[in-house]
Amino acid sequence: MAAIIRQNSNQPTLPDFRNMGTILRVLVAVNLGAAVLAYARAPQLASAYAEWLEVTGFVEPYLLLVLAVLWAASPWLSRLSFGIGVVTVALVTIVAGSLLHTVLDRLSPLPPGTLARWIVFGLVAMAMLLFYFHLRARALSPAITEARLEALQARIRPHFLFNSINAVLSLMRSDPRRAEVALEDMADLFRVLMRDNRNLAPLEDEVELCRQYMELEQLRLGDRLTVDWNVKSMPGDALVPPLMLQPLLENAVYHGIEPSSTPGTVSINLFLSRGEVHAILKNPYRAEGGSHHSGNKMALANVRERLALHFDAEASLESRVTKDAYEVHIRIPYRTEAANSATGVPTVTGPMPGSEDDSVGGASARLRLMEVARA
Amino acid sequence: MPDSPLRILIVDDEAPARRRLRDLLEDCAAALPLAIVGEAQNGREALEMLQNAPVDLVLTDIRMPDMDGVELARHLLKLSHPPVVIFATAFHEHAVQAFELNAVDYLMKPIRVQRLLGALQKVPRLKPVSAEKLSQLPATARRFLSVTERSRVVLVPVEDIVYLKAELKYITIRTAQREYLLEESLTRLETEFGARFVRVHRNCLAARDHIRGFERRVNDDGDAHWEVLLADVQETLPVSRRQQFVVREMGRETAA
Repeated sequence: MAAIIRQNSNQPTLPDFRNMGTILRVLVAVNLGAAVLAYARAPQLASAYAEWLEVTGFVEPYLLLVLAVLWAASPWLSRLSFGIGVVTVALVTIVAGSLLHTVLDRLSPLPPGTLARWIVFGLVAMAMLLFYFHLRARALSPAITEARLEALQARIRPHFLFNSINAVLSLMRSDPRRAEVALEDMADLFRVLMRDNRNLAPLEDEVELCRQYMELEQLRLGDRLTVDWNVKSMPGDALVPPLMLQPLLENAVYHGIEPSSTPGTVSINLFLSRGEVHAILKNPYRAEGGSHHSGNKMALANVRERLALHFDAEASLESRVTKDAYEVHIRIPYRTEAANSATGVPTVTGPMPGSEDDSVGGASARLRLMEVARA
Repeated sequence: MPDSPLRILIVDDEAPARRRLRDLLEDCAAALPLAIVGEAQNGREALEMLQNAPVDLVLTDIRMPDMDGVELARHLLKLSHPPVVIFATAFHEHAVQAFELNAVDYLMKPIRVQRLLGALQKVPRLKPVSAEKLSQLPATARRFLSVTERSRVVLVPVEDIVYLKAELKYITIRTAQREYLLEESLTRLETEFGARFVRVHRNCLAARDHIRGFERRVNDDGDAHWEVLLADVQETLPVSRRQQFVVREMGRETAA
């Protein structure tokens, strides 16, 4: 089994053509390439600018056309195997090049052989970029695989596990029903911790998990902990990395509530704003004894890394210390399983190819999730 | 005293943990006469209770707000009849190793009743763990220094301390209000509290937060030296020649 899982995770995949990070990287790389090409072709430095203008004259429309087609076809492309995907992207490059050539040639005739040069340039750029994205994904993927293991080893503090068991034991005699619920919460929590957490899951699942987690903390801490949930306007169907919030809440309790003899409030604020999901977590914080900072930074770094893996530059995690509070602000793009596309971004193309299949895929994925929850 | 019951104080910041310990102790009561004298939520509360009602055994959690278990054990040694302390810990990274190494008694949470009973039966033969050993345990710096006055233990919050001055056998603790006498080593205190205090003289540590500034003074015989000006306290502290770099360093910090 382990071998199969490893094989799956190492299989190359095409980059997400709708990700701002991907698009940005392609734009920068191709334009840099064009600039270098222009400089190389220019007989002297002074004429490099004219060369550059000429090169960008075909590179820019060509590049934007290819990117637009790939953007539109992205949901469909993501379901192809890597090999077929690469061939499709190559075909897109060739067809877009010839189309553009036909149009521009009609406007003002181009010298013979231009088409071949364009397509060679396009294919070379495409191959290099795909190779780069493949290498990048390979470099980052072990981190995703290990996220699961790490979740087990570092995310839930052993301290929390044993103290919770102890709290449940204390209820056994006096309040067996509450003890039952607490054990069920613990079972759910550990089920999520132990499953494969590489794929995105709906935000509502994460919130449910966090509620169970906070129930357990409340069992131990009683009146010392108040939890303020502001989740009424959250997009429950938004896809987030599993265990995005729980480790941060664990930190909030460990560093904000436990060391204090006075009661404190942990607040969770989830909302949608301009096509982005925001999560703001706040806990009281007294800026002295600095022994706990390293543990906190580890959890933050882990969540930040996973956000980067899933969303690249479109997500961010910021933390700040105010006079008496500690605040973490997460921002991620709003993606859902049904659409698998960012809302707020106007749809440029018409009906998306394969959008119907896509929603079916989303539904079956959700079914699988429910099975996991029930199992 | 084989007949008198074992007097026990429970210290834990989590109510369920205290209840659990109480349940277990009641289970042990059949095999061993014992009396639960009380429950405290942190070390400070425990110390307050023990001033008036002595016990034989303190069962304490380690990680607690205000004053943790290890610090409590250190202050308890100042009592006229220090109780035996057994630590109960859920899981404390490397702490367990240190406990083993120093042969300090501890119980792992969740505690089994047999283990607890075994520990209780040992208590009459145990002596309180020495301050030496306690200082070996991984712990954060103490929040309080404790001094004995008229057979009571008085806690001095570390953040209130303006300076510590070694004089003959004792160390003088100076707060804005008054002075206390402490029997400890200045060097140990310096390492324990690190950056909070700065050594301005061979025999003196000044609290950085309480330093207002420095003043150049010339003696009658023409020798010049620096004096530390303190907030909340009128007197000043001489800076020794060897520690003069402190004036430069702190001067730069305040200027920046």
